[in-house]
Amino acid sequence: MIFYIIRRILYAIPIALAVSLVCFMLVHIAPGDPIDAILPPDASAETVAMVRKDYGLDKPLPVQFGLWLGHVVQGDFGLSLANRRPVLNELKVAAGRTFLLASTAAVLGFVIGCVLGGVAGVFRGSLADRMAVGFAVAGISVPHYWLGMVFVIIFSVVLGWLPAIGAGPGEWAWNWLHIRHLILPAVTLSVIPAGLVTRTVRGVVLEILSQDFVTTLRGKGLRSLMLAVHVIKNAAPTSIAVMGLQLGYLMGGSILVETVFAWPGTGMLLNQAIFQRDIPVLQGTTLVLAMIFVTLNLAVDLVQTALDPRMRRA
Amino acid sequence: MDDLLVRARQLTVKFARGQGYVHAVSGVDFDLRQREVLCILGESGSGKSVTLRALMRLNPPSKTIMSGTLSVGGHDVVAASEHRMSALRGPFVSMIFQDPMTSLDPVFTIGQQITETIKRHERIGGSAARMRALNLLELVQIPSPKRRLDAYPHELSGGLRQRAMIAIALSCRPKLLLADEPTTALDASVQIQILFLLREIQQEMGMGMIFVTHDLGVAGEIADRIAVMYAGRFIEEGPVESLMQAPLHPYARGLLGATVHEGSRGSRLVTIPGAPPDLRHLTDACAFAPRCGEAEPVCLEQLPEFRRPVPGRAARCVHVKDRSSATAETVSVGSVG
Repeated sequence: MIFYIIRRILYAIPIALAVSLVCFMLVHIAPGDPIDAILPPDASAETVAMVRKDYGLDKPLPVQFGLWLGHVVQGDFGLSLANRRPVLNELKVAAGRTFLLASTAAVLGFVIGCVLGGVAGVFRGSLADRMAVGFAVAGISVPHYWLGMVFVIIFSVVLGWLPAIGAGPGEWAWNWLHIRHLILPAVTLSVIPAGLVTRTVRGVVLEILSQDFVTTLRGKGLRSLMLAVHVIKNAAPTSIAVMGLQLGYLMGGSILVETVFAWPGTGMLLNQAIFQRDIPVLQGTTLVLAMIFVTLNLAVDLVQTALDPRMRRA
Repeated sequence: MDDLLVRARQLTVKFARGQGYVHAVSGVDFDLRQREVLCILGESGSGKSVTLRALMRLNPPSKTIMSGTLSVGGHDVVAASEHRMSALRGPFVSMIFQDPMTSLDPVFTIGQQITETIKRHERIGGSAARMRALNLLELVQIPSPKRRLDAYPHELSGGLRQRAMIAIALSCRPKLLLADEPTTALDASVQIQILFLLREIQQEMGMGMIFVTHDLGVAGEIADRIAVMYAGRFIEEGPVESLMQAPLHPYARGLLGATVHEGSRGSRLVTIPGAPPDLRHLTDACAFAPRCGEAEPVCLEQLPEFRRPVPGRAARCVHVKDRSSATAETVSVGSVG
């Protein structure tokens, strides 16, 4: 088991390298010169050259990549071109907020999905089953930025129950003042994972219930509660794997929802960085999100291995 | 009649399928006494497994319609509540399933799967249940049982898994053990070991046993009585020796002729032409008549009643002489086949 963990962590290193290379390339291949965003259009050629040199943008790309990577490894993501503040600090705050939003949405989606999927699987063909499947399809298909706006209209504009934008004043704290800001974006973001988990859990439960060993369990006289324990333990590895990967997508994919709700997370940071051609912020944020995705993948694999005895030898 | 474990009269099991029904079992009568081993012999789809599952009411509840009389240990299985049935499963009647690869929960250890059964039916502590599980693994002769208690099913070979399956079935000392082709999925060399083990344990614990198989050799090895099943009905019943030596029903003779056994050395194996009937459209005729070489017009008209040429033997065939109706003629069953 320990060797497996070490091996998996070592595998993550080349992936991280490749990811950072792609991040770097994409930012530099994209059209537009960052200098344009920093200097006024009428700046003299000397000023442009000087600024270009200051930011290291005059060196060949491979050298720039090497220098950037060298700094990143030491935890130095450089300074933002837009406001001259260290990227790392901004990134920490934003990533924390995004993680808060994504994990709340993930927990919400997972719980809803497990309940609906479980009921649908056990009572296959019933009205509850058809409603759960309908919800799942709707959840996966609805564009969540649109859903977010609908929620804002209903709960903020018409009813006035919840705030439409922001994450509350100052630093995040677990009080109603802050939590009420979290509700709408989290619910909006949870719809996709809820739909996916519903479908997954329903399928897994159906598959498990059709297996021979369920007849064995009934033949032992086990009560429904014990049967449920068996089904849950069999369904857990697949369901948790799907949810873990979804959390990864939520971390990176919340850009639109964060924009709709002006949630100050990585999505908003990226959005601003793209429009300001803020290369250090762009590179740093993309890299951190990608690394979180890789880490979650690793965690999913490890959890799955821990839960399913059949995978332990692999 | 106190030693009667099972009493089935006109037991019928049908499954709802689409618009109609599949008549899996259509009117089966039999008794099983304590310590007796009955073997139900038949080909795939003859209804033998369904009959066996009906005894524990393990057929899919939503689609199954059971009728007739079926009492297991004095309990009315057709009418009992699900709660009552589940209390019966384990301490009174339990089953060994065909495929040990799929019949054990893959994410629970062997020990957990045994102890949960014991804990369900008895007030017993964790360590005592574990001791019982260990003893059971010793009983079914699993080597290094202590280690195997914490093993998962995939870590055991097919033969060991089937032994574990037997241990689970025995965990609450049932009075009636049902075995659904327990050796079919195993290697030939392992089959005979499991068979001997089952017979030994059955005699040791004094259980009644119903054993379902399509393998005549297996039936001859383990049974006291054999019932041959075809298209959802028992078509012949009798003590193992006489039935194996001189089957009465043409289908039973066909089965014997199509199998390698002691009497068949030197002679060619014969197959039965045709295929079993469609159980969705069953008529009130002898179901075997369309495949039978000895069929007569009357066979296609009505279902023959059981005829009893000698005490203890019976067959549903018009060619078999019924002792009660046969007065002057001497019945020479022994020479048939």
